[in-house]
Amino acid sequence: MKDKKSSSGGISIGARIKGMSDTNLLLVITIIVFFVMYIGAMVFQGGSFLKPQAFLNILNQQAALIIVSCGLSLVMITGGIDISVGGVVALVSMSCAVYLDYLGGNIVVSILIALAIGLAFGLVQGYLVAYLEIQPFIVTLAGMFFARGMTTIVHTNPFNVANEKFVKLKDTRITIPFLGSNNAKGMYIPAYIEIGVIVALVIVIVFFCLLRWTKLGRGFYAVGGNQYSALMLGINVKRTKFISHLLSGILAGIGGFVYFLHIGSGSPSHATGMEMDAIASSIIGGTMLTGGVGNIIGTFFGVLSLSTIQNIVALAGLDEPWWIGITRAAMLCLFLVVQSIIIANKNKD
Amino acid sequence: MQNVDFTLCEGEIHALMGENGAGKSTLIKVLTGVYEKDEGEIFLKGMNKAAVIRSPQDAQKLGISTVYQEITLCPNLSVAENMYIARGKGAGQNWKKMNADADKILKSLDIPAKATQQLSSCSIAIQQMVAIARAVDMDCKVLILDEPTSSLDEQEVQKLFGLMRDLKKRGVGIIFVTHFLDQVYEVSDKITVLRDGKLVGEYEIETLPRVKLVAKMLGKELDDMEEIRDDSLVYKGKDADETVFEAKGLQSNAGIKPFDFYIKRGEVNGFTGLLGSGRSECVRAIFGADRMLHGEVKKNGKKIKISKPIDAMKNGIAYLPEDRKIDGIIGDLSVRENIILALQVLKGFFKPFTKAQAYKFADEYIKLLEIKTASADTPIKSLSGGNQQKVILARWLLMNPEYLILDEPTRGIDIGTKIEIQKLVLKLASEGMSVTFISSETDEMLRTCSRLVVMRDRKVVGELSGEDLTQNKIMSTIAGGDR
Repeated sequence: MKDKKSSSGGISIGARIKGMSDTNLLLVITIIVFFVMYIGAMVFQGGSFLKPQAFLNILNQQAALIIVSCGLSLVMITGGIDISVGGVVALVSMSCAVYLDYLGGNIVVSILIALAIGLAFGLVQGYLVAYLEIQPFIVTLAGMFFARGMTTIVHTNPFNVANEKFVKLKDTRITIPFLGSNNAKGMYIPAYIEIGVIVALVIVIVFFCLLRWTKLGRGFYAVGGNQYSALMLGINVKRTKFISHLLSGILAGIGGFVYFLHIGSGSPSHATGMEMDAIASSIIGGTMLTGGVGNIIGTFFGVLSLSTIQNIVALAGLDEPWWIGITRAAMLCLFLVVQSIIIANKNKD
Repeated sequence: MQNVDFTLCEGEIHALMGENGAGKSTLIKVLTGVYEKDEGEIFLKGMNKAAVIRSPQDAQKLGISTVYQEITLCPNLSVAENMYIARGKGAGQNWKKMNADADKILKSLDIPAKATQQLSSCSIAIQQMVAIARAVDMDCKVLILDEPTSSLDEQEVQKLFGLMRDLKKRGVGIIFVTHFLDQVYEVSDKITVLRDGKLVGEYEIETLPRVKLVAKMLGKELDDMEEIRDDSLVYKGKDADETVFEAKGLQSNAGIKPFDFYIKRGEVNGFTGLLGSGRSECVRAIFGADRMLHGEVKKNGKKIKISKPIDAMKNGIAYLPEDRKIDGIIGDLSVRENIILALQVLKGFFKPFTKAQAYKFADEYIKLLEIKTASADTPIKSLSGGNQQKVILARWLLMNPEYLILDEPTRGIDIGTKIEIQKLVLKLASEGMSVTFISSETDEMLRTCSRLVVMRDRKVVGELSGEDLTQNKIMSTIAGGDR
């Protein structure tokens, strides 16, 4: 694969685009669009966009979505889909909340609960999709209903967790030197990120490496590219699909805990529509619904783009939810059109 | 498939020939472990035991690699990845080494592709060669090429042949499966012919001229060719006066070369050639079932436009397709509904026939064609093959077409019904209908047709009528004239 610097070097950009794989090309587009958008917001809207904390807050708020989207990208690269992730996140939050608050449990066990829930969903859905060959959309739709239903069974009403150790962990701030700014009274406030962000970044890096430098990772692409060919080339297609759903489930579990850590409460309405945000982020990040093309770094930037546009709209005074919805829809459309035009042009001759 | 012996030597290109359904694919699939064999043994060089091949992976380990007609590579991955994926030890992917190795092999085989290129950016020919490169690099001793040239153009075929000759020099044994006779004679050393799942024989290429090869494939001996004809059935070719339909330079998107065609009123003509030579494609082009690329069709000297089947139907052309299961019957509908289908389409869906009308039509044709069915309301899928065929025939006859195209109307039906259908064709022709009749059985064609268009490799190569209508002449024309 080619290097990713499309603007430098002596070769013309057109020739460079031709030499790039679809995956890398879409990644470059995503990153460029994100930076153009963010810098545009800094220049034209200014205000809080100029503070580094504004960027870090996006990370703080979206750490869970980043993790969940990574899992979804994996499944989408193999040509599948997983719409149960939002439900799993809600179930994990609620289960951990009940465990920590009513049962007074400790944090390590609550993390294990989160992982176990994610693992269970991944195992069952992966088995149904890969070995019983049921449509992933149907399987994970059932998974979504089941997870939402279970969440309400675990506890009906929203509530905040008052467990001391948990609250302490939730409020842990990792300060970053030199990036702080002065507030209105002239007091210096250091920039910070939450623990979830670290988790999210580690997961992004781990899964980027998995997809890029392992045979399993390349197998995901092969299965997504052409399932029958992958089989004939000697790839264990069923196992590959199973693993993709398994990983997506586990990541939904981890994402659920990170979400819980950020929000500090359990509620049946938590993470509503998160699966759709995750799909949108993956697509904006250059993952194709048809499979075989995609990149975790792209997904990371997809999440950032999606929340940046939200912040831009909010800062412009259009804070009503429908404006956010409409801008997101427009952005998704724009990306899909741009992607298909560029890919079509590239593969024309 | 039964009782087939097959021997492949080191460094030889061995063509495997036979018509569709002769057992070529089955033989290959047994060799590569896709199908299990019931009996017999497979031996490889340097092994004194029979080889155990239960899966494509087993075959690959033994050095048997297959490149299939449809390319089994992943278009979204790079050329190098396609060559190396799912191979080697360890879980990691070493891009540098893989790309270097791939480039080395591509270069040594003279394949114009870069290791880092995405596969979908290569032409089909290059993709096929990448598949071969993968096989070669897996240290294959036997390379099976299943119809590798069917989607390549002339130049690309030459490139592929160059590669095959190169591999041959390296001692690889190649099994070459193709429909194209020219290509067989260009590269092969030996030919094995299969027919109806049985071995016909193995021949050195020099000892088997084309016409003999065709005879072997069709299962006719050259000498006892003149079969006893049932004279009552033979069409007494009359010189019909006017040309009804005429086509010039017709070409469709199904890959046939442009051809000219005409048919006179009350004439029965036929397309002949080996399976896959483009017989069906020709008539499909006339009927508008495939998209027409070039050419024009004239009816009674006037130009008409046929871009889809309904246009052809409106102009009085009816087409009985080759595969009745796929193109013809609608299994869950009743005999009656299947019969009136075409006429209904022609009339328009908003003007349905009354029940009485529909029954009248159905009963009339059930009687005329002696369709054996419990009633007009029986679902067509419960009928026997021959009777299903008659129902479809009834459907088209109901339209009262000027020109009837029958593509393999007698396939898979018993001999009695076959003769009935042949008789019916002749009767219709004597009443002034023009008929095109296609059949794999040459004697059937000889009995019914007064003029035969001969096809080879998707091209019209000749036309036979009158005195020339003999088995020998047909075969030598199919084979390309070198008797």
